[in-house]
Amino acid sequence: MGILIKEKSIVVPGDIIAEGMDYLPSLGCFREGKHVVSERLGLLNVDNRFIKVIPLTGSYVPKVGDTVIGEVKDMSFGAWFIDIGCAYDGTLMVRDATEFVEKDADLAQVYNFGDFVVAKIVKITRHSSIHITTKGPGLRKIQGGKVISVTPSKVPRVIGKQGSMVSMIKDGTNCTIVVGQNGKIWINGKNPDDELLATEAILKVENESHIDGLTDKIKAFLEKKK
Amino acid sequence: MSYTKRFDNRKFDEMRKIEAKVDIIPRADGSAMFKIGDTVAIAAVYGPRSLHPKFLQDPEKGILRCNYTMMPFSVSERIRPGPSRRSTEISLVTSKSLLPVLDLTKFPNAVVDVFIQIIQANAGTRCAGICAASMALAHAGIPMKDMVAAVSVGKVGDKIVIDLNKEEEDHEEGATDIPVAMNSEGEITLLQLDGNVNKNELFQALEFAKKGCSEIDVIQRKALKDFYKGVKNE
Repeated sequence: MGILIKEKSIVVPGDIIAEGMDYLPSLGCFREGKHVVSERLGLLNVDNRFIKVIPLTGSYVPKVGDTVIGEVKDMSFGAWFIDIGCAYDGTLMVRDATEFVEKDADLAQVYNFGDFVVAKIVKITRHSSIHITTKGPGLRKIQGGKVISVTPSKVPRVIGKQGSMVSMIKDGTNCTIVVGQNGKIWINGKNPDDELLATEAILKVENESHIDGLTDKIKAFLEKKK
Repeated sequence: MSYTKRFDNRKFDEMRKIEAKVDIIPRADGSAMFKIGDTVAIAAVYGPRSLHPKFLQDPEKGILRCNYTMMPFSVSERIRPGPSRRSTEISLVTSKSLLPVLDLTKFPNAVVDVFIQIIQANAGTRCAGICAASMALAHAGIPMKDMVAAVSVGKVGDKIVIDLNKEEEDHEEGATDIPVAMNSEGEITLLQLDGNVNKNELFQALEFAKKGCSEIDVIQRKALKDFYKGVKNE
């Protein structure tokens, strides 16, 4: 009875996590008869009676409230279609755009093909159409700088605890950095060298995300390069 | 003539040496290598991603597309690259053997692509391909109810053996080859039979397959877990 696998260990699909009715499955696991079984490759997390599997890999799964960075792929009469790095494009309606768009205006004048926008997911329908908005603090069209990609599951590590990692990189390189939950990161600095340094630091975080004391390591890296 | 001793001195219920590894293709969403004896299969998973042409889309759930290919140099006589009757069939049975454990209801209108390449073949390639694909799907973070393991069993001469190699497959008039795939609970997701066996022999073969698959299952899970050793929860 109870939990069969130690908390914070790695589980793979089909692993029986708990036995009996004392625990409830939440994200990344399901109940089968008397067992709670893992559905994903991830880290086991037990919160009171809730069992959760935090995925370690996989493409971006959109969630309402997430800030994402995407590229304009297509447009129609009243909406832009933004590639946000998952199976479905995000729909950005004209009324959800920051800029005022006149009636019958050419949408390409506002956001053109290939433009990047920082947007927020407002609604996900049952059929997986994703509504996004650029209305809100910090949401806008991206001008200048560059956009890089990291694995979506590594985003929490790039941000760090209460944003510690990203603010350290910001301070160390004098760049503005916006991290989208979909793994797209916008870096804007005063000169290209700063941007390159920030890119290098972020990719270092991605590659060495499992190493202990990563914050100190990145700090040393930034100071050495300065 | 009775087949009393296996060509490579294995026991009748002993498999060849198995090796498994994940994350071998950095650009893919998930990838894995599965090696059993001289047979080596690699699998890459992409997606879920949008599916075109549109008429293939299923608005209720995502679809799984498997693609099995043997590399031209994988066998002793060069094999013509590109799809063939055989590889089309194996692609189909591979996707059918993986679908029962996959949960694609969260990805309507989308597709999960699985590409399986056989880089070296010495019998049992479809089973190695399924094992690699199952690991690659787990590595890609696709929701799965369970993992799938596969092994071939068969009848060589008058003996039931597990994991035939090429020499045994070609023994005398050719062996009876039975590729079997099952989940960790022993529920069969693939069973093909090519040749003659009687009922008792088939049951014995399935017993062997069950034992072999549970061994493979342990190796697959270990390979996935080992890759992430040392990852910390934040």
